[in-house]
Amino acid sequence: MGINAGQLIHNIEEQYKIRDINFGIGNTVKVFTKIIEGKRERIQIFEGTVIAIQGKDSNKTFKVRKMVGNIGVERNFPLQSRNIQKIEVVKIGKVRRSKLYFLRDRIGKKTQLETVMK
Amino acid sequence: MPLGIIGKKIGMTQVYGENGNVLPVTAVLVGPCQVLEIKTSEKNGYSAVKLGYLEKTKNVNKPENGYFEAISKAADKKITPKKMLKEFRTENISLNIGDVINADMFQEGESVDVVATSKGKGFQGVIKRYHFAGGPAAHGSKFHRKPGSIGAHTFPAKVWKGQKMPGHMGCETVQIKNLKIVKIDNENSLILVKGAIPGPAKGIVYLYKKEK
Repeated sequence: MGINAGQLIHNIEEQYKIRDINFGIGNTVKVFTKIIEGKRERIQIFEGTVIAIQGKDSNKTFKVRKMVGNIGVERNFPLQSRNIQKIEVVKIGKVRRSKLYFLRDRIGKKTQLETVMK
Repeated sequence: MPLGIIGKKIGMTQVYGENGNVLPVTAVLVGPCQVLEIKTSEKNGYSAVKLGYLEKTKNVNKPENGYFEAISKAADKKITPKKMLKEFRTENISLNIGDVINADMFQEGESVDVVATSKGKGFQGVIKRYHFAGGPAAHGSKFHRKPGSIGAHTFPAKVWKGQKMPGHMGCETVQIKNLKIVKIDNENSLILVKGAIPGPAKGIVYLYKKEK
């Protein structure tokens, strides 16, 4: 009896899928996350550039980088996270590679990518 | 020990819980297991259920065939030869010979004990095998990964039994207690158990129902 373990795992992960990816590398996105403070629930928006997308199926995560003053802030989100309400694409940047880690070395105006579309 | 079921480990993944929290789970393909024998304390001195798992179609020898013919005759229905046989010690048996046990013997949220054979690691030193600290890597040290002293001198003039030394590691029967069942998929007879389970993917695992 042959069992395809990879296929079975894939099937399980498919069941937990709640959203498709609607953005790409270099896009500036707004991530609306639910935050629970005691009993109150509120929405926090994290806006920045998508610098990496990794993993597959329900383990897919994306990394958003933004500048707060002079300090870079990066946050990883699981794509299928139940705490993400929605993801909005603000603009699409022109990029030529799949991981934008070079942005970490840039400061000031150079952190901005050339916009393709608004 | 209570009644259980035989299955195969599929592998690990992440799923999302009720509150949106991420849970690490191991998928186990369980059953169907058929009841082959019921042992009672009056007849056998202990009570247990013998389960058979996976159909055996090739290389069924005469003694095996005879065994399955005998139980087929006793149960008055055809029971095909099985690859894996395992006894589960349990009291209060409400099963009959020939009954089939599936994933639905468990419920979501229930705790189970899992028994499996861990991955073999071969001949290993004391650092990996018993978590000895080892010595410094540099600064003229000549003591790196050795076990060190294994006992005193004139007294006791021997090495105590059970002294931790290098040797074969892994490939042991390991029991993990109280793993929570996150999800049961009766259609595909899959059980998702929270946490890790010993052994390789496609390894045989036993899930034990907890006695209340």
